[in-house]
Amino acid sequence: MSIICDHVNYIYSSGTSDEIQALKDVSLQISDGEFIGLIGHTGSGKSTFVQHLNGLLKATSGHIYYNGADIYDSDFKMKDLRGKVGLVFQYPEHQLFEENVFKDVCFGPGNLGLSKSEIELRAYAALKDVGLGDDYFYVSPFDLSGGQKRRVAIAGVLAMKPEVLVLDEPTAGLDPEGRDEILGMVRRLHDENGITIILVSHSMEDVAYYADRIVVMDRGSILMNDTPKEVFKRYRELEEIGLAAPQVTYIMQRLQEKGLPVDASATTVAEAVQSVMRVFGR
Amino acid sequence: MIREITLGQYYQADSLLHKLDPRTKLVGTLTFIISLFLAKNVTAYAVATVFLVLMIGLSRVPISFIVKGMRAVVMIMMITVLFNLFLTPGITAVKIWRFQITYEGIRSAAYMAIRLTYLILGSSLMTLTTTPNNLTDGMESLMKPLRVFKVPVHEIAMMMSIALRFIPILLEETDKIMKAQQARGADFESGGLIKRAKNLVPLLVPLFVSAFRRANDLAMAMEARCYHGGEGRTKMKPLIYRKRDGAAYAVLVIYLALIVTAQKLGPL
Ligand SMILES: Nc1ncnc2c1ncn2[C@@H]1O[C@H](COP(=O)(O)OP(=O)(O)OP(=O)(O)O)[C@@H](O)[C@H]1O
Ligand SMILES: [Mg+2]
Repeated sequence: MSIICDHVNYIYSSGTSDEIQALKDVSLQISDGEFIGLIGHTGSGKSTFVQHLNGLLKATSGHIYYNGADIYDSDFKMKDLRGKVGLVFQYPEHQLFEENVFKDVCFGPGNLGLSKSEIELRAYAALKDVGLGDDYFYVSPFDLSGGQKRRVAIAGVLAMKPEVLVLDEPTAGLDPEGRDEILGMVRRLHDENGITIILVSHSMEDVAYYADRIVVMDRGSILMNDTPKEVFKRYRELEEIGLAAPQVTYIMQRLQEKGLPVDASATTVAEAVQSVMRVFGR
Repeated sequence: MIREITLGQYYQADSLLHKLDPRTKLVGTLTFIISLFLAKNVTAYAVATVFLVLMIGLSRVPISFIVKGMRAVVMIMMITVLFNLFLTPGITAVKIWRFQITYEGIRSAAYMAIRLTYLILGSSLMTLTTTPNNLTDGMESLMKPLRVFKVPVHEIAMMMSIALRFIPILLEETDKIMKAQQARGADFESGGLIKRAKNLVPLLVPLFVSAFRRANDLAMAMEARCYHGGEGRTKMKPLIYRKRDGAAYAVLVIYLALIVTAQKLGPL
């Protein structure tokens, strides 16, 4: 089971004077159960790319295969794909509309044509997954705090039981605790339920800590596609396109320059601590 | 899809019409509209046609762009034409089952179609060559005398320019929310009329919420910058009439005179 993007191009306002080529020849394979971090400067095409994965945007040229089936085939059921590839947009709290939280989360599975009890079971489980207890179920979504709204919105997508969950900057505008809670929850979903995760983020620390593989986008093309260690080793190239390595990688680089035989490619604090401790023989 | 509606949009170009004072263009458009209602025979329409063609030529806006804007109103035009065609009493020309088309009906439908087309072309020529900000400035300035009657002229103009400014923002927002709901399996394209209307709820509620949120933010931002209404407020770029505006007014007077004469003379 996998998603394969084959030479995908996308042009906004195609055929008019203000064409923008947002994706250039993007080819990528995403296997089952992966945790992928997608990074890139603002306007590099991350949001545009992820909207292709569930068919919201149709590539100007190129193909996308979901489990081997071409999603642009005329007999491909786009609606099923929307259920299987869950997409959480940037600032998803702006999509809430129902009178209470529970009903709003029921909207997604309700569109899949399931029985009422199944819909409610899924909504209940999804709200539990995002850490919202019963006391919130019958509150109006508009009365919640920003972080809580965000969780309701994520639950709304989770309730569709997607096989692949795409999150477009899910932590933008949240405090550190809210960020850790949301990302912790995403990791739990990945580890326990085996959901494939694609996380779009501007935080190098977050993708270094959570992702198994990092895809770097630059002006609409994929520039790098490797493990966090390999990607952040090339931090000079990243800096050229307005990105960086995690803070801790810089510290390790400096320590190495000063003559300490540490592992300069450490990308998370835990790795760095281990490496430094090893140097001091502990 | 929504972005493709060009009616009422501004088209950037460097032409005489673009450079005219917005007040001149407003008065000109108004004159043109009035002339359409004065014109009742072929000669007068010919004069209006020549005038309109000249103006479109002067504006340097591509014809294709103007025609694209017309597509949005084709439906309304069809309905008007059909009503005129079938519901005007007079001498029967054709009879289809229970409906009859009269000679008078054909005549009035044809005139109505031409009048509507010219009306829309004329006014879109104004919006195509004038930025929304300039347009509201012009309106404010033209409506100033109404202040004597306690009409809040500045406030109306401000409301209009804000509304115009928000159209593209709300279109973008609609697009975004639509996609977000489609990602949750919402369907905006199929089903009967009632079902479709119902399906719009997940789109409209967040859209209104967001519009109110934006309005609130904007009000706050304006107050933070000491906005207090029109009293004693000066303009950064005051509107000034130039020579070309005088010339334009002269052309307008000549045009109006021609229309009236054509109307008097009748078909040649
Ligand atoms: N609806 C749209 N219409 C036209 N152009 C668009 C639209 N959405 C995005 N673009 C353009 O496409 C390019 C890629 O935008 P995209 O939103 O995919 O970037 P991004 O990597 O998600 O950026 P960010 O980090 O700011 O979210 C940009 O140049 C942007 O201006
Ligand atoms: Mg984005």
